[in-house]
Amino acid sequence: MTAVPKIRLRGLTKAFGDKVVLDGINLDVAAGSSMVVIGGSGSGKSVLIKCILGVIEPDSGTIEIDGVNLLEQDRAKRAEMRSHIGMLFQNGALFDSLPVWENVAFGLLAQKRCTRAEARAKAADVLAQVGLAASVGDLQPSELSGGMQKRVGLARAIAAQPDILFFDEPTTGLDPIMGAVIDGLIVDCVKRLGSTAIAITHDMLSAVRIGDRAAMLNKGRIVWEGQASELMTSGNPMVDQFTHGRREGPIQMELRK
Amino acid sequence: MEALLDAVAGLGRLLLGACVTTGRVTLFAASGLSHIVRPPFYGRMFLRALAEIGYFSLPVVALTAVFTGMVLALQSSTGLSRFSADSAVASLVVLSVTRELGPVLAGLMVAGRVGAAIAAELGTMRVTDQIDALSTLSTNPMKYLVAPRLLAGLIALPLLVVVADILGVLGGFIIATVKLGFNSITYLSNTLNFMQWDDVISGLAKAAVFGVIITLMGCYQGYNSKGGAQGVGAATTSAVVAASVLILAFDYVLTELFFGR
Repeated sequence: MTAVPKIRLRGLTKAFGDKVVLDGINLDVAAGSSMVVIGGSGSGKSVLIKCILGVIEPDSGTIEIDGVNLLEQDRAKRAEMRSHIGMLFQNGALFDSLPVWENVAFGLLAQKRCTRAEARAKAADVLAQVGLAASVGDLQPSELSGGMQKRVGLARAIAAQPDILFFDEPTTGLDPIMGAVIDGLIVDCVKRLGSTAIAITHDMLSAVRIGDRAAMLNKGRIVWEGQASELMTSGNPMVDQFTHGRREGPIQMELRK
Repeated sequence: MEALLDAVAGLGRLLLGACVTTGRVTLFAASGLSHIVRPPFYGRMFLRALAEIGYFSLPVVALTAVFTGMVLALQSSTGLSRFSADSAVASLVVLSVTRELGPVLAGLMVAGRVGAAIAAELGTMRVTDQIDALSTLSTNPMKYLVAPRLLAGLIALPLLVVVADILGVLGGFIIATVKLGFNSITYLSNTLNFMQWDDVISGLAKAAVFGVIITLMGCYQGYNSKGGAQGVGAATTSAVVAASVLILAFDYVLTELFFGR
Protein backbone atom coordinates (compact mmCIF):
# COMPACT_ATOMS: atom_id res chain seq x y z
CA MET A 1 0.00 0.00 0.00
CA THR A 2 1.33 3.43 -0.98
CA ALA A 3 1.65 5.96 1.83
CA VAL A 4 -0.70 8.97 1.57
CA PRO A 5 1.36 12.06 0.59
CA LYS A 6 1.38 14.88 3.12
CA ILE A 7 0.33 17.27 0.34
CA ARG A 8 -1.40 16.15 -2.85
CA LEU A 9 -2.53 18.57 -5.57
CA ARG A 10 -4.72 17.34 -8.39
CA GLY A 11 -5.89 19.35 -11.40
CA LEU A 12 -5.36 22.68 -9.65
CA THR A 13 -6.31 25.60 -11.87
CA LYS A 14 -6.40 29.33 -11.36
CA ALA A 15 -6.94 32.15 -13.83
CA PHE A 16 -7.04 35.91 -13.37
CA GLY A 17 -9.33 37.12 -16.13
CA ASP A 18 -7.97 35.70 -19.40
CA LYS A 19 -4.59 34.87 -17.91
CA VAL A 20 -4.32 31.23 -16.86
CA VAL A 21 -1.75 31.06 -14.07
CA LEU A 22 -2.20 27.47 -12.89
CA ASP A 23 -3.27 25.01 -15.57
CA GLY A 24 -4.00 21.65 -13.98
CA ILE A 25 -1.22 21.21 -11.43
CA ASN A 26 -0.62 17.65 -10.14
CA LEU A 27 1.97 17.37 -7.39
CA ASP A 28 2.67 15.05 -4.46
CA VAL A 29 4.91 15.92 -1.52
CA ALA A 30 5.76 13.05 0.82
CA ALA A 31 5.62 13.58 4.58
CA GLY A 32 8.90 14.85 5.98
CA SER A 33 10.36 15.67 2.56
CA SER A 34 11.28 18.98 0.96
CA MET A 35 10.00 19.89 -2.49
CA VAL A 36 11.55 22.78 -4.40
CA VAL A 37 9.48 24.41 -7.13
CA ILE A 38 11.47 26.36 -9.71
CA GLY A 39 10.23 28.42 -12.63
CA GLY A 40 10.50 31.81 -14.25
CA SER A 41 8.85 34.98 -13.04
CA GLY A 42 5.09 34.81 -13.60
CA SER A 43 5.10 31.03 -14.00
CA GLY A 44 2.61 30.64 -11.13
CA LYS A 45 4.88 29.57 -8.25
CA SER A 46 3.65 32.13 -5.73
CA VAL A 47 0.01 31.61 -6.74
CA LEU A 48 0.47 27.86 -6.20
CA ILE A 49 1.63 28.39 -2.62
CA LYS A 50 -1.04 31.02 -1.95
CA CYS A 51 -3.72 28.59 -3.11
CA ILE A 52 -2.54 25.96 -0.62
CA LEU A 53 -2.34 28.63 2.09
CA GLY A 54 -5.90 29.75 1.36
CA VAL A 55 -4.93 33.31 0.50
CA ILE A 56 -6.15 32.69 -3.08
CA GLU A 57 -9.11 30.44 -3.91
CA PRO A 58 -8.36 28.12 -6.86
CA ASP A 59 -10.89 27.81 -9.69
CA SER A 60 -10.90 24.01 -9.67
CA GLY A 61 -8.93 20.97 -8.55
CA THR A 62 -8.18 19.50 -5.15
CA ILE A 63 -5.70 20.31 -2.39
CA GLU A 64 -5.31 17.35 -0.05
CA ILE A 65 -3.43 17.50 3.21
CA ASP A 66 -3.05 14.08 4.87
CA GLY A 67 -5.65 12.82 2.40
CA VAL A 68 -8.30 15.41 3.34
CA ASN A 69 -9.40 17.78 0.59
CA LEU A 70 -8.99 21.25 2.05
CA LEU A 71 -11.38 22.82 -0.43
CA GLU A 72 -14.32 20.63 0.68
CA GLN A 73 -14.01 21.64 4.34
CA ASP A 74 -15.99 24.36 6.09
CA ARG A 75 -14.28 27.60 7.09
CA ALA A 76 -13.47 26.49 10.65
CA LYS A 77 -11.93 23.19 9.52
CA ARG A 78 -9.90 24.96 6.82
CA ALA A 79 -8.60 27.42 9.39
CA GLU A 80 -7.70 24.55 11.71
CA MET A 81 -5.86 22.68 8.95
CA ARG A 82 -4.04 25.80 7.88
CA SER A 83 -2.98 26.59 11.45
CA HIS A 84 -0.46 23.75 10.97
CA ILE A 85 1.24 25.57 8.10
CA GLY A 86 4.11 28.05 8.54
CA MET A 87 5.24 30.45 5.84
CA LEU A 88 8.38 32.46 5.19
CA PHE A 89 7.46 35.28 2.82
CA GLN A 90 9.79 36.60 0.14
CA ASN A 91 10.31 39.99 1.79
CA GLY A 92 9.81 38.73 5.34
CA ALA A 93 6.38 40.42 5.65
CA LEU A 94 7.15 41.30 9.27
CA PHE A 95 4.55 43.46 11.00
CA ASP A 96 6.03 46.98 11.12
CA SER A 97 3.98 48.03 14.12
CA LEU A 98 5.16 45.20 16.40
CA PRO A 99 8.57 44.50 17.95
CA VAL A 100 10.48 41.48 16.72
CA TRP A 101 9.55 39.23 19.64
CA GLU A 102 5.84 39.89 19.08
CA ASN A 103 6.26 39.13 15.38
CA VAL A 104 7.86 35.78 16.25
CA ALA A 105 5.24 34.88 18.86
CA PHE A 106 2.28 36.26 16.87
CA GLY A 107 0.91 32.84 15.91
CA LEU A 108 1.23 31.49 19.45
CA LEU A 109 -0.62 34.50 20.87
CA ALA A 110 -3.27 34.34 18.13
CA GLN A 111 -3.94 30.69 18.92
CA LYS A 112 -3.94 31.55 22.64
CA ARG A 113 -1.41 28.82 23.31
CA CYS A 114 0.38 30.85 25.99
CA THR A 115 0.44 34.08 27.97
CA ARG A 116 2.37 37.13 26.72
CA ALA A 117 5.19 36.45 29.20
CA GLU A 118 5.47 32.83 28.04
CA ALA A 119 5.29 33.96 24.41
CA ARG A 120 8.16 36.36 24.97
CA ALA A 121 10.32 33.59 26.47
CA LYS A 122 9.37 31.26 23.61
CA ALA A 123 10.25 33.98 21.07
CA ALA A 124 13.73 34.26 22.61
CA ASP A 125 14.17 30.47 22.26
CA VAL A 126 13.10 30.49 18.62
CA LEU A 127 15.28 33.50 17.83
CA ALA A 128 18.22 31.55 19.25
CA GLN A 129 17.37 28.66 16.88
CA VAL A 130 17.87 30.99 13.91
CA GLY A 131 21.06 32.44 15.35
CA LEU A 132 19.73 35.70 16.78
CA ALA A 133 20.27 37.03 20.30
CA ALA A 134 17.28 37.51 22.60
CA SER A 135 17.98 41.26 22.62
CA VAL A 136 16.96 41.39 18.94
CA GLY A 137 13.44 40.71 20.17
CA ASP A 138 13.14 44.26 21.44
CA LEU A 139 14.02 45.85 18.09
CA GLN A 140 11.51 46.99 15.47
CA PRO A 141 11.60 45.18 12.08
CA SER A 142 12.74 48.41 10.37
CA GLU A 143 15.94 48.29 12.44
CA LEU A 144 16.98 44.90 11.01
CA SER A 145 19.13 44.11 7.96
CA GLY A 146 17.66 42.02 5.10
CA GLY A 147 19.35 38.85 6.36
CA MET A 148 18.09 39.41 9.90
CA GLN A 149 14.57 40.05 8.61
CA LYS A 150 14.68 36.69 6.81
CA ARG A 151 15.83 34.99 10.00
CA VAL A 152 13.05 36.62 12.01
CA GLY A 153 10.57 35.60 9.29
CA LEU A 154 11.88 32.05 9.56
CA ALA A 155 11.59 32.19 13.36
CA ARG A 156 7.98 33.35 13.03
CA ALA A 157 7.23 30.55 10.57
CA ILE A 158 8.60 27.80 12.86
CA ALA A 159 7.49 29.24 16.23
CA ALA A 160 4.25 27.26 16.33
CA GLN A 161 6.09 24.07 15.22
CA PRO A 162 4.04 23.58 12.05
CA ASP A 163 3.70 20.27 10.18
CA ILE A 164 4.15 22.06 6.86
CA LEU A 165 6.51 24.91 5.96
CA PHE A 166 6.46 27.08 2.85
CA PHE A 167 9.36 29.22 1.73
CA ASP A 168 8.85 31.90 -0.90
CA GLU A 169 12.18 32.88 -2.47
CA PRO A 170 14.08 32.49 0.82
CA THR A 171 17.41 33.78 -0.50
CA THR A 172 16.22 36.58 -2.79
CA GLY A 173 18.00 39.86 -2.07
CA LEU A 174 20.70 38.26 0.10
CA ASP A 175 24.42 37.97 -0.58
CA PRO A 176 25.65 34.41 -1.37
CA ILE A 177 27.04 33.82 2.10
CA MET A 178 23.89 34.98 3.88
CA GLY A 179 21.88 32.94 1.35
CA ALA A 180 23.83 29.83 2.33
CA VAL A 181 23.28 30.63 6.02
CA ILE A 182 19.51 30.96 5.51
CA ASP A 183 19.43 27.72 3.49
CA GLY A 184 21.30 25.96 6.28
CA LEU A 185 18.87 27.27 8.87
CA ILE A 186 15.91 26.17 6.73
CA VAL A 187 17.30 22.63 6.37
CA ASP A 188 18.04 22.45 10.13
CA CYS A 189 14.57 23.72 11.08
CA VAL A 190 12.77 21.37 8.69
CA LYS A 191 14.75 18.37 9.95
CA ARG A 192 14.35 19.30 13.61
CA LEU A 193 10.58 19.77 13.30
CA GLY A 194 10.14 16.82 10.95
CA SER A 195 8.05 19.12 8.76
CA THR A 196 7.10 18.78 5.12
CA ALA A 197 8.40 21.73 3.12
CA ILE A 198 7.72 23.40 -0.19
CA ALA A 199 10.14 26.12 -1.31
CA ILE A 200 9.89 28.22 -4.43
CA THR A 201 13.06 29.76 -5.71
CA HIS A 202 15.03 31.09 -8.66
CA ASP A 203 18.30 30.32 -6.92
CA MET A 204 19.66 26.99 -8.19
CA LEU A 205 22.24 26.64 -5.42
CA SER A 206 19.51 27.22 -2.87
CA ALA A 207 17.23 24.72 -4.63
CA VAL A 208 19.84 21.97 -4.46
CA ARG A 209 20.68 22.77 -0.83
CA ILE A 210 17.09 22.87 0.43
CA GLY A 211 15.26 20.30 -1.68
CA ASP A 212 14.96 16.53 -1.62
CA ARG A 213 12.84 16.67 -4.77
CA ALA A 214 12.25 19.41 -7.31
CA ALA A 215 9.61 20.34 -9.85
CA MET A 216 9.66 22.92 -12.61
CA LEU A 217 6.65 25.08 -13.39
CA ASN A 218 6.22 26.71 -16.79
CA LYS A 219 3.09 28.52 -17.98
CA GLY A 220 1.07 27.07 -15.12
CA ARG A 221 2.07 23.43 -15.72
CA ILE A 222 4.56 21.08 -14.07
CA VAL A 223 6.98 20.29 -16.91
CA TRP A 224 9.50 18.24 -14.95
CA GLU A 225 9.79 16.53 -11.57
CA GLY A 226 12.73 14.64 -10.10
CA GLN A 227 15.45 14.61 -7.45
CA ALA A 228 16.70 18.09 -6.50
CA SER A 229 20.26 16.82 -6.86
CA GLU A 230 19.53 16.11 -10.57
CA LEU A 231 18.42 19.67 -11.33
CA MET A 232 21.63 20.64 -13.11
CA THR A 233 21.81 17.38 -15.09
CA SER A 234 18.14 16.58 -15.67
CA GLY A 235 18.35 16.25 -19.45
CA ASN A 236 15.04 18.12 -19.74
CA PRO A 237 15.52 20.98 -22.24
CA MET A 238 13.36 23.43 -20.26
CA VAL A 239 15.08 22.64 -16.96
CA ASP A 240 18.49 22.81 -18.62
CA GLN A 241 17.74 26.19 -20.15
CA PHE A 242 16.44 27.53 -16.83
CA THR A 243 19.12 26.13 -14.54
CA HIS A 244 21.94 27.23 -16.86
CA GLY A 245 20.35 30.61 -17.59
CA ARG A 246 20.42 30.29 -21.40
CA ARG A 247 18.59 32.77 -23.61
CA GLU A 248 18.04 30.18 -26.34
CA GLY A 249 15.81 27.20 -25.73
CA PRO A 250 12.21 26.03 -25.50
CA ILE A 251 11.25 28.72 -22.95
CA GLN A 252 10.58 31.95 -24.80
CA MET A 253 10.45 35.09 -22.70
CA GLU A 254 7.62 37.40 -23.70
CA LEU A 255 9.41 40.63 -24.57
CA ARG A 256 7.72 43.58 -26.22
CA LYS A 257 9.56 45.01 -29.20
CA MET B 1 -25.08 58.83 -33.87
CA GLU B 2 -22.00 56.72 -33.09
CA ALA B 3 -20.67 59.41 -30.77
CA LEU B 4 -23.99 59.42 -28.93
CA LEU B 5 -23.89 55.63 -28.54
CA ASP B 6 -20.33 55.84 -27.24
CA ALA B 7 -21.38 58.45 -24.70
CA VAL B 8 -24.32 56.30 -23.54
CA ALA B 9 -22.07 53.24 -23.34
CA GLY B 10 -19.55 55.23 -21.31
CA LEU B 11 -22.28 56.40 -18.95
CA GLY B 12 -23.52 52.84 -18.62
CA ARG B 13 -20.05 51.57 -17.75
CA LEU B 14 -19.70 54.35 -15.19
CA LEU B 15 -23.01 53.45 -13.55
CA LEU B 16 -22.23 49.74 -13.53
CA GLY B 17 -18.82 50.47 -12.03
CA ALA B 18 -20.44 52.59 -9.33
CA CYS B 19 -22.91 49.79 -8.56
CA VAL B 20 -20.11 47.22 -8.31
CA THR B 21 -18.06 49.46 -6.00
CA THR B 22 -21.10 50.20 -3.83
CA GLY B 23 -21.78 46.48 -3.53
CA ARG B 24 -18.19 45.71 -2.62
CA VAL B 25 -18.02 48.48 -0.01
CA THR B 26 -21.34 47.32 1.48
CA LEU B 27 -20.15 43.71 1.77
CA PHE B 28 -16.83 44.89 3.24
CA ALA B 29 -18.69 47.05 5.78
CA ALA B 30 -21.06 44.21 6.71
CA SER B 31 -18.13 41.85 7.21
CA GLY B 32 -16.13 44.38 9.24
CA LEU B 33 -19.05 45.42 11.45
CA SER B 34 -20.09 41.80 12.08
CA HIS B 35 -16.61 41.06 13.43
CA ILE B 36 -17.04 43.78 16.07
CA VAL B 37 -19.50 41.58 17.96
CA ARG B 38 -17.90 38.19 17.26
CA PRO B 39 -14.91 36.95 19.29
CA PRO B 40 -11.96 36.92 19.43
CA PHE B 41 -11.62 40.63 20.23
CA TYR B 42 -8.38 42.54 19.84
CA GLY B 43 -8.48 45.04 22.71
CA ARG B 44 -4.97 46.35 22.08
CA MET B 45 -5.73 47.10 18.44
CA PHE B 46 -8.95 48.85 19.48
CA LEU B 47 -7.21 51.02 22.09
CA ARG B 48 -4.45 51.88 19.62
CA ALA B 49 -7.02 52.89 17.00
CA LEU B 50 -9.01 54.86 19.59
CA ALA B 51 -5.90 56.83 20.56
CA GLU B 52 -4.96 57.40 16.91
CA ILE B 53 -8.43 58.51 15.81
CA GLY B 54 -9.58 60.28 18.97
CA TYR B 55 -6.76 61.51 21.14
CA PHE B 56 -4.31 62.49 18.41
CA SER B 57 -7.04 64.26 16.41
CA LEU B 58 -7.95 66.51 19.34
CA PRO B 59 -5.64 69.44 18.44
CA VAL B 60 -6.80 69.75 14.83
CA VAL B 61 -10.48 69.33 15.72
CA ALA B 62 -10.18 71.79 18.62
CA LEU B 63 -8.54 74.48 16.48
CA THR B 64 -11.08 73.99 13.70
CA ALA B 65 -13.97 74.28 16.15
CA VAL B 66 -12.66 77.40 17.90
CA PHE B 67 -12.02 79.29 14.67
CA THR B 68 -15.33 78.18 13.18
CA GLY B 69 -17.21 79.47 16.24
CA MET B 70 -15.31 82.74 16.04
CA VAL B 71 -16.05 83.25 12.35
CA LEU B 72 -19.66 82.25 12.83
CA ALA B 73 -20.18 84.86 15.56
CA LEU B 74 -18.52 87.53 13.46
CA GLN B 75 -20.42 86.73 10.28
CA SER B 76 -23.80 86.28 11.92
CA SER B 77 -23.40 89.52 13.85
CA THR B 78 -22.70 91.39 10.61
CA GLY B 79 -25.71 89.85 8.92
CA LEU B 80 -28.15 89.99 11.81
CA SER B 81 -27.34 93.59 12.70
CA ARG B 82 -28.97 94.63 9.41
CA PHE B 83 -32.27 93.39 10.84
CA SER B 84 -31.52 94.58 14.39
CA ALA B 85 -31.41 90.95 15.45
CA ASP B 86 -27.97 90.92 17.06
CA SER B 87 -29.34 89.10 20.09
CA ALA B 88 -29.81 86.00 17.93
CA VAL B 89 -26.04 85.56 17.52
CA ALA B 90 -25.74 83.22 20.51
CA SER B 91 -28.62 81.03 19.38
CA LEU B 92 -27.36 80.91 15.79
CA VAL B 93 -23.87 79.91 16.90
CA VAL B 94 -25.00 77.14 19.22
CA LEU B 95 -27.53 75.78 16.73
CA SER B 96 -25.08 75.80 13.81
CA VAL B 97 -22.24 74.28 15.80
CA THR B 98 -24.16 71.49 17.51
CA ARG B 99 -26.35 70.49 14.61
CA GLU B 100 -24.07 70.96 11.66
CA LEU B 101 -20.61 72.46 11.83
CA GLY B 102 -19.30 70.48 14.81
CA PRO B 103 -19.88 67.03 13.31
CA VAL B 104 -19.24 67.94 9.67
CA LEU B 105 -16.02 69.88 10.18
CA ALA B 106 -14.69 67.39 12.75
CA GLY B 107 -15.56 64.60 10.30
CA LEU B 108 -13.78 66.30 7.40
CA MET B 109 -10.68 67.06 9.46
CA VAL B 110 -10.50 63.50 10.79
CA ALA B 111 -11.09 62.12 7.29
CA GLY B 112 -8.03 64.02 6.08
CA ARG B 113 -5.88 62.99 9.02
CA VAL B 114 -7.01 59.50 9.98
CA GLY B 115 -8.61 58.19 6.78
CA ALA B 116 -5.38 58.79 4.90
CA ALA B 117 -3.26 57.23 7.66
CA ILE B 118 -5.41 54.08 7.81
CA ALA B 119 -5.38 53.67 4.02
CA ALA B 120 -1.60 54.15 3.90
CA GLU B 121 -0.95 51.69 6.74
CA LEU B 122 -3.23 48.94 5.43
CA GLY B 123 -2.14 49.59 1.85
CA THR B 124 1.50 49.14 2.81
CA MET B 125 0.59 45.98 4.71
CA ARG B 126 -1.19 44.69 1.60
CA VAL B 127 1.64 45.32 -0.86
CA THR B 128 4.28 43.90 1.50
CA ASP B 129 2.30 40.68 2.12
CA GLN B 130 1.69 41.52 5.78
CA ILE B 131 -2.06 40.98 5.39
CA ASP B 132 -1.44 37.56 3.81
CA ALA B 133 0.98 36.83 6.65
CA LEU B 134 -1.82 37.49 9.17
CA SER B 135 -3.94 34.83 7.47
CA THR B 136 -1.12 32.30 7.78
CA LEU B 137 -0.85 33.03 11.51
CA SER B 138 -4.43 31.99 12.39
CA THR B 139 -5.63 35.59 12.38
CA ASN B 140 -8.53 36.95 10.36
CA PRO B 141 -7.34 40.29 8.90
CA MET B 142 -10.89 41.69 8.92
CA LYS B 143 -11.15 40.97 12.63
CA TYR B 144 -7.64 42.16 13.49
CA LEU B 145 -7.27 45.20 11.25
CA VAL B 146 -10.74 46.40 10.23
CA ALA B 147 -13.17 45.72 13.09
CA PRO B 148 -11.15 47.53 15.82
CA ARG B 149 -10.81 50.60 13.60
CA LEU B 150 -14.52 50.70 12.74
CA LEU B 151 -15.44 50.45 16.43
CA ALA B 152 -12.87 53.11 17.36
CA GLY B 153 -14.28 55.45 14.68
CA LEU B 154 -17.82 54.85 15.90
CA ILE B 155 -16.84 55.84 19.46
CA ALA B 156 -14.12 58.45 18.91
CA LEU B 157 -15.95 60.81 16.55
CA PRO B 158 -18.89 61.56 18.92
CA LEU B 159 -16.37 62.23 21.71
CA LEU B 160 -14.44 64.58 19.43
CA VAL B 161 -17.67 66.34 18.48
CA VAL B 162 -18.54 66.93 22.16
CA VAL B 163 -15.22 68.76 22.42
CA ALA B 164 -15.84 70.55 19.09
CA ASP B 165 -19.30 71.69 20.24
CA ILE B 166 -17.94 73.13 23.47
CA LEU B 167 -14.99 74.85 21.81
CA GLY B 168 -17.11 76.11 18.89
CA VAL B 169 -19.50 77.79 21.28
CA LEU B 170 -16.52 79.10 23.26
CA GLY B 171 -15.05 80.61 20.08
CA GLY B 172 -18.32 82.41 19.41
CA PHE B 173 -18.47 83.55 23.03
CA ILE B 174 -14.96 85.02 22.89
CA ILE B 175 -15.67 87.06 19.74
CA ALA B 176 -19.14 88.11 20.92
CA THR B 177 -17.95 89.35 24.29
CA VAL B 178 -14.46 90.65 23.45
CA LYS B 179 -14.98 92.13 20.00
CA LEU B 180 -18.72 92.66 19.57
CA GLY B 181 -19.43 93.93 23.06
CA PHE B 182 -22.05 91.38 24.14
CA ASN B 183 -22.64 90.92 27.85
CA SER B 184 -21.07 87.61 28.80
CA ILE B 185 -23.85 86.54 31.21
CA THR B 186 -26.57 87.37 28.70
CA TYR B 187 -24.70 85.60 25.89
CA LEU B 188 -24.25 82.44 27.96
CA SER B 189 -27.83 82.60 29.15
CA ASN B 190 -29.06 82.89 25.54
CA THR B 191 -26.84 80.00 24.52
CA LEU B 192 -28.10 77.71 27.28
CA ASN B 193 -31.72 78.71 26.76
CA PHE B 194 -31.63 78.06 23.07
CA MET B 195 -29.52 74.89 23.14
CA GLN B 196 -31.69 71.80 22.84
CA TRP B 197 -30.52 68.30 23.62
CA ASP B 198 -32.12 67.05 20.39
CA ASP B 199 -29.71 69.25 18.45
CA VAL B 200 -26.70 67.98 20.37
CA ILE B 201 -27.76 64.35 20.14
CA SER B 202 -28.47 64.59 16.41
CA GLY B 203 -24.97 65.99 15.94
CA LEU B 204 -23.45 63.15 17.94
CA ALA B 205 -25.44 60.58 15.95
CA LYS B 206 -24.12 62.14 12.74
CA ALA B 207 -20.60 62.00 14.18
CA ALA B 208 -20.94 58.27 14.91
CA VAL B 209 -21.98 57.64 11.30
CA PHE B 210 -19.14 59.83 10.01
CA GLY B 211 -16.69 57.90 12.21
CA VAL B 212 -17.72 54.64 10.59
CA ILE B 213 -17.56 56.21 7.11
CA ILE B 214 -14.03 57.55 7.65
CA THR B 215 -12.60 54.32 9.03
CA LEU B 216 -14.52 52.20 6.54
CA MET B 217 -13.20 54.09 3.53
CA GLY B 218 -9.65 54.08 4.92
CA CYS B 219 -9.80 50.35 5.59
CA TYR B 220 -11.53 49.47 2.29
CA GLN B 221 -9.14 51.45 0.10
CA GLY B 222 -6.04 50.29 1.99
CA TYR B 223 -7.13 46.66 2.23
CA ASN B 224 -7.77 46.48 -1.51
CA SER B 225 -4.81 48.52 -2.70
CA LYS B 226 -2.39 47.04 -5.22
CA GLY B 227 0.52 48.05 -7.39
CA GLY B 228 3.20 49.07 -4.89
CA ALA B 229 3.89 52.61 -3.73
CA GLN B 230 1.75 54.19 -6.45
CA GLY B 231 -1.18 51.97 -5.47
CA VAL B 232 -0.83 52.94 -1.82
CA GLY B 233 -0.77 56.62 -2.80
CA ALA B 234 -3.89 56.19 -4.91
CA ALA B 235 -5.62 54.32 -2.07
CA THR B 236 -4.81 57.15 0.34
CA THR B 237 -6.22 59.80 -1.99
CA SER B 238 -9.33 57.73 -2.72
CA ALA B 239 -9.95 57.15 0.99
CA VAL B 240 -9.92 60.86 1.80
CA VAL B 241 -11.98 61.91 -1.23
CA ALA B 242 -14.57 59.14 -0.79
CA ALA B 243 -14.89 59.75 2.96
CA SER B 244 -15.28 63.52 2.47
CA VAL B 245 -17.95 63.19 -0.21
CA LEU B 246 -19.82 60.51 1.76
CA ILE B 247 -19.74 62.66 4.91
CA LEU B 248 -21.42 65.51 3.05
CA ALA B 249 -23.93 63.20 1.38
CA PHE B 250 -24.82 61.40 4.61
CA ASP B 251 -25.03 64.76 6.38
CA TYR B 252 -27.91 65.68 4.10
CA VAL B 253 -29.57 62.25 4.48
CA LEU B 254 -29.31 62.33 8.27
CA THR B 255 -30.49 65.94 8.48
CA GLU B 256 -33.51 65.00 6.38
CA LEU B 257 -34.08 62.02 8.67
CA PHE B 258 -33.83 64.00 11.91
CA PHE B 259 -35.38 67.32 10.95
CA GLY B 260 -37.08 66.85 7.55
CA ARG B 261 -40.80 67.47 7.38
